[in-house]
Amino acid sequence: MLLFTTKIVGWKFQSLKPLLSYYKNTYCLARALSVNVNVVEVENGLASIVGSKYVATSHAICEQHSHDESYHRHLLPSIVVWPQSVGEVSEVAKLCTAHKMPMIPFGTGTGMEGGVAPMGPSVSINLTKLNEITDLHLDDFDVKAQPGVTRKQLNYDLRSTGLWFPVDPGSDASLCGMAATGASGTNAVRYGTMKQNVLNLQVVLADGTILHTAGEKRRCKKSSAGYNLTELFIGSEGTLGFITSATLRLHGQPEMTKSAVCSFPTIMDAVNTAMQILQCSIPIARIELLDETSIKAVNNYSHLTHPEMPHLFLEFHGSAASTGEQVDQTAEIAGLNSGSEFKWAETQEEHNHLWQARHDLWYAVKAFKPGSTAISTDACVPVSALAEAISHSAALLDESGLIGGILGHVGDGNYHCFVIVEDDQAKLVESLTKAIGKKAIELGGTCTGEHGIGIGKRPLLKEEVGEKTLKLMKAIKCSFDPLGLMNPGKVFS
Amino acid sequence: MARVLVGVKRVVDYAVKIRVKPDKSGVVTDGVKHSMNPFDEIAVEEAIRLKEKKFASEVVAVTCGPTQNQETLRTALAMGADRGIHVEIPAADYPKVGPLHVSKILAKLAQKEEAGLIIVGKQAIDDDCNQTAQMTASFLDWPQGTFASELKLEGDKLTVVREIDGGLETIELKMPAVVSADLRLNEPRYATLPNIMKAKKKKVDKLSPSDLGVEIATNIEVLEVSDPPVRDAGMKVENTEELISKLKEAGLV
Repeated sequence: MLLFTTKIVGWKFQSLKPLLSYYKNTYCLARALSVNVNVVEVENGLASIVGSKYVATSHAICEQHSHDESYHRHLLPSIVVWPQSVGEVSEVAKLCTAHKMPMIPFGTGTGMEGGVAPMGPSVSINLTKLNEITDLHLDDFDVKAQPGVTRKQLNYDLRSTGLWFPVDPGSDASLCGMAATGASGTNAVRYGTMKQNVLNLQVVLADGTILHTAGEKRRCKKSSAGYNLTELFIGSEGTLGFITSATLRLHGQPEMTKSAVCSFPTIMDAVNTAMQILQCSIPIARIELLDETSIKAVNNYSHLTHPEMPHLFLEFHGSAASTGEQVDQTAEIAGLNSGSEFKWAETQEEHNHLWQARHDLWYAVKAFKPGSTAISTDACVPVSALAEAISHSAALLDESGLIGGILGHVGDGNYHCFVIVEDDQAKLVESLTKAIGKKAIELGGTCTGEHGIGIGKRPLLKEEVGEKTLKLMKAIKCSFDPLGLMNPGKVFS
Repeated sequence: MARVLVGVKRVVDYAVKIRVKPDKSGVVTDGVKHSMNPFDEIAVEEAIRLKEKKFASEVVAVTCGPTQNQETLRTALAMGADRGIHVEIPAADYPKVGPLHVSKILAKLAQKEEAGLIIVGKQAIDDDCNQTAQMTASFLDWPQGTFASELKLEGDKLTVVREIDGGLETIELKMPAVVSADLRLNEPRYATLPNIMKAKKKKVDKLSPSDLGVEIATNIEVLEVSDPPVRDAGMKVENTEELISKLKEAGLV
């Protein structure tokens, strides 16, 4: 195991420390775990389930499966395996459990909190070979998607049906992965997050049990039958089981879509505008904040030409009449806060380009220092506290001298600070993000609105939910996964 | 203002993993998802934009094929085409149909419907022929603007920016003309539920190829369809000397 930790050149970590802390801190029969796992035996067993073509231990493949979009880098998985069916996922789980080998589900690797980064010997189970879209019900607006299906793929598949799936995190993520992290996106203010748009999940537990969280054929809009296991799995970040299919709630394509941008002299003007739009209950479809640095980034990376000032990117959905009304009301509020005239996206191409630029902000900010890593905070506070939260973050960011942008889904009270991490700044960035998370918690919010706890936010979880609630969460984890083999070290340390 | 004819083809969906039939006579199409050829979606979108800008009076979508092609027509109507024409070809005869037949059909329809502009996708993603626009223009003796990435209509003058190997070529055509749509011409709109409902009520005329004097006979016989060969495993070498000696052994240097 130490062999492949030392093979990683260039990542800053202390080779023994994560290993030791992993063993020390995992609960639920930690002693029984992996010290004596026979990796070769597991490898052979996996090959007999999925075929040797779909088992890999090469450095390149393990490296690809050792991280997501975040800066978290720990160890490489011992083995990567690609099951081709739910049955194979179940057999793989049974085998790993028999060998007490930890398992980490892997989708598109586009997470933001290090959810897939192994912290000890583990098997990375790449679920993307399960990639079917099935059971589309046009009249009921629901469809099922397996882990290999991404959000853009699903919407492309649905393009002629008049239906779409609105949850849109920045990357083209796996829908099941989005369920696992409780993802959200620019459309959440109007259409909800994954929580509101998943009707049922097919999951495989660590012991290989295949079950449906709402019952096998369930696809109704609401239910009071028993405990809500579907919502329990949403945001569980691979710690309770594998998600192998998601029954998703679809929405009708809006009759008319209008997008515009509006600039403001200060970031507070933009934030106040956002708060007032929501307080007037205008059913705005997208309302995204971009600060000066973020605008510089999109101009640079996506070739837009906006003045370098704080902006709100807006989108209105509805009929011609209702969008007209929404636009008038919003323009009035923006005007009262010194907002500029709306600059409209006139064509479909301009519209697509605008929102792709917004989605690409993570890469755009990182492009200020090519090859750099970056972190993202994910504070989400009650809307009325947004101004205080953002001004606190902006002040901290300014003081620190770090390169970063403040942006995000102000419609949900959720905003991100994308901060570039240069080699000697790790400690500074860490204390900044901790302070921002703590402030959010202080204001009645959460340190993570949509990205998950992963690795970096584990200390904040206790502060956020409190000791008793945390204890209850751990008890639930133990009942799903008594051996502690599902993605150990994530969510809880 | 011109009447615009748009050709749409029903093909196996772009995202489907294609499989060859065990008897090697073709690819599996039964039970497989089909949709409108992506380049034809772009063609339909362009035609509708011309109508929205009041350069076109009417957009007529045309498809040639068996009953299932009605779905493809309905998608075009849901995007905003005014009416459809289904040139019905029985499923048994459909494999014989190719660009030669479709272009004869489109040419006859263009004359019958007094169209001023024909827009089709540059090629279909199943056969990759890239022939229909060119042959149609030839049958009609109309000018052609193929691989269009930009279209501008002023009176009876059509300016087309074409994507060619060396870059972009701008040409001027006198209407009536034939255009084939390339990828960057536009980004098509999504169908909305109300428009899908309205599309159900739009007029679709049914014709047969013989109504247009076109015979479905072919001189081409498909002998075999097979998968591309499986890639051989590579080999690892220890150093550049070994690399060069292996390349020499294989007669490559």
